[in-house]
Amino acid sequence: MSQGPKTHPRQSTLFDPYTNSEIRRAAETGIYDIRGGGSKRRLPHFDDLLFLGASISRYPLEGYRESCNTKVTIGDKNAKNPLYLDIPITIAGMSFGALSGPAKEAIGRGATIAGTSTTTGDGGMTKEERGHSKKLIYQLLPSRYGMNPDDLRKADAIEVVVGQGAKPGGGGMLLGQKINDRVAEMRTLPKGIDQRSPCRHPDWTGPDDMEIKILELREITGWKVPIIVKVAAARPFYDIALAVKAGADAIVIDGMQGGTAATQEVFIENVGIPTLACIRPAVKALQELGVHKKVQLIVSGGIRNGADVAKAMALGADAVSIGTAALIALGDNDPKYEEQYQKLGTTHGAYDDWHEGNDPAGITTQNPTLMKKLDPIEGGRRLSNFLKVMTMEAQTIARACGKNDLRNLEPEDLCALTVEASAMAGVPLAGTSWIPGKQ
Amino acid sequence: MMQTLDLKSLSLREVNSNLQGSPQKIDWMIKNPMGRHAIAVGLDNSINVKIDGSVGYYCGGMNKKANIVVNGSVGPGVAENMMSGTVQVKGNASQYAGASAHGGILIIEGNSSSRCGISMKGIDIIVQGNVGHMSAFMAQAGNLVICGDAGDALGDSIYEANIFVIGKVKSLGADCVEKKMEKSHKNLLKKLFMKAKIDNMEVEGFRRYGSARSLYNFNVDNANKY
Repeated sequence: MSQGPKTHPRQSTLFDPYTNSEIRRAAETGIYDIRGGGSKRRLPHFDDLLFLGASISRYPLEGYRESCNTKVTIGDKNAKNPLYLDIPITIAGMSFGALSGPAKEAIGRGATIAGTSTTTGDGGMTKEERGHSKKLIYQLLPSRYGMNPDDLRKADAIEVVVGQGAKPGGGGMLLGQKINDRVAEMRTLPKGIDQRSPCRHPDWTGPDDMEIKILELREITGWKVPIIVKVAAARPFYDIALAVKAGADAIVIDGMQGGTAATQEVFIENVGIPTLACIRPAVKALQELGVHKKVQLIVSGGIRNGADVAKAMALGADAVSIGTAALIALGDNDPKYEEQYQKLGTTHGAYDDWHEGNDPAGITTQNPTLMKKLDPIEGGRRLSNFLKVMTMEAQTIARACGKNDLRNLEPEDLCALTVEASAMAGVPLAGTSWIPGKQ
Repeated sequence: MMQTLDLKSLSLREVNSNLQGSPQKIDWMIKNPMGRHAIAVGLDNSINVKIDGSVGYYCGGMNKKANIVVNGSVGPGVAENMMSGTVQVKGNASQYAGASAHGGILIIEGNSSSRCGISMKGIDIIVQGNVGHMSAFMAQAGNLVICGDAGDALGDSIYEANIFVIGKVKSLGADCVEKKMEKSHKNLLKKLFMKAKIDNMEVEGFRRYGSARSLYNFNVDNANKY
């Protein structure tokens, strides 16, 4: 054989090691990959935006002296008792079943200390959750697991879930390992089965039906509590306009980075649009209908820190919602469990097999031994600390932009680092006055 | 003594708040429903409500304890998420009758459209006429009794609910199979007819359908059945 010059071995960017491993896994098992969390791919996000801050043309507020309001009211359009929150960061719906009882308790405790709300999920309301959450939003989901009028009337707000950012057009999934006796009873299902929730509500389909469903919910709860509608980021302009038309008091829009307890990887990474891309069209719909800031917009999907909060609000959100970040605050994917992650064939930061119920941090499990790892009181303190830090970070930025209320942040406070982010967020590319697609 | 609420002169809110705040054991008559939606929803008391005419969506939604009789036909989602009590429809029912309901009994004297008993979670439903396609879709618990014929894909993806049919079944949905009609099932049917005060139905001739339980846990070899 010729011993001439050889080229360096060249790996394919198309068939990268992860892609190849997935092909091998599919060939071996005959089932699609199921995992928790949201999109992991690189997407245009809030990191691609910067605040301009104050200068000669704008003056800032004193960091520790001048106040910057963080309070927000959700659902004051129709409800007798709107949701008054001290901070504009709510906790997204995560089910008992997907999460352990102590994890739900910790979330309730943390949210309550921080003065915000938490949300039930696909599995009904538990006593622990209601008991520890001063402000609790009760989700009406397609599965209607555990849905009952007594809990509905105990809720501080109702959230009609149309879609979830991780899986627009898809239903929930809870595999047999996590369907223990209590979860099975709450969901009226046999123990140990793979539970695949429906993707549509059983008793309505389009926006006209939804309007009547909202009327029914108001009549059952005596028009006392706000009705929130949650949609996945897909066609935000039209979906938000239709939600307003159906009578929503507030709307949650969840981008594709928003987490799920479990669904197909192919769904998470290939359906829906990024959070950054959905806010401006949603706001445009609200503005055109004359209800921006009257029907509150809550943005979720990849909110990680106070900068993300401030950026979402500057683009027009009234509040944000967190799920994955709250779990990390409780201890999810913590390096201190690295040894256990290694035994599960993964590593901290990458653990996403939440559906298998083997969570070393004791959060996404129904295993009685594992769930003891999370102390709900300590977890609650960690979450409230995190929520407070996020709020202070957002205030720091808002003051630097000369704003005495987080809700006064505006698109003019922002610029974009990339052409993509500029086009999606509708703010100029840094150092220019250019927004792609606008004159 | 019967109290009357007239939807010609009262708002829906006024009618529902009267019913929701009613003392126990009161008889109510709702006049002029005129197809209005969400009538008699969220009741939580042992009262009798008669609705004199046809209604729209979600009549008797999330009912607990109350006995509601509709002297007409009902729109979609009658008795949705009912917990207990009775809803009786003298006419026909539109789609999703008894959707996701946990308890109580729903009696439809006429026909019921598609998806009757969808995701039912413990309710008993008796349809004296026929039911449309996809009835008892994802039905989790309870009993759906069909005294006429059933449309396509009956019991698709059913869990642990029972379906009883005396007439023809156009087709069965995924994982739904005919099951043996044991003595206990005949007794159950008799009890249901007694509860519904239906005395002209014989239990002989009813066939029972339920889950084959073959799709409860995912198996790639079943992929073409979904």
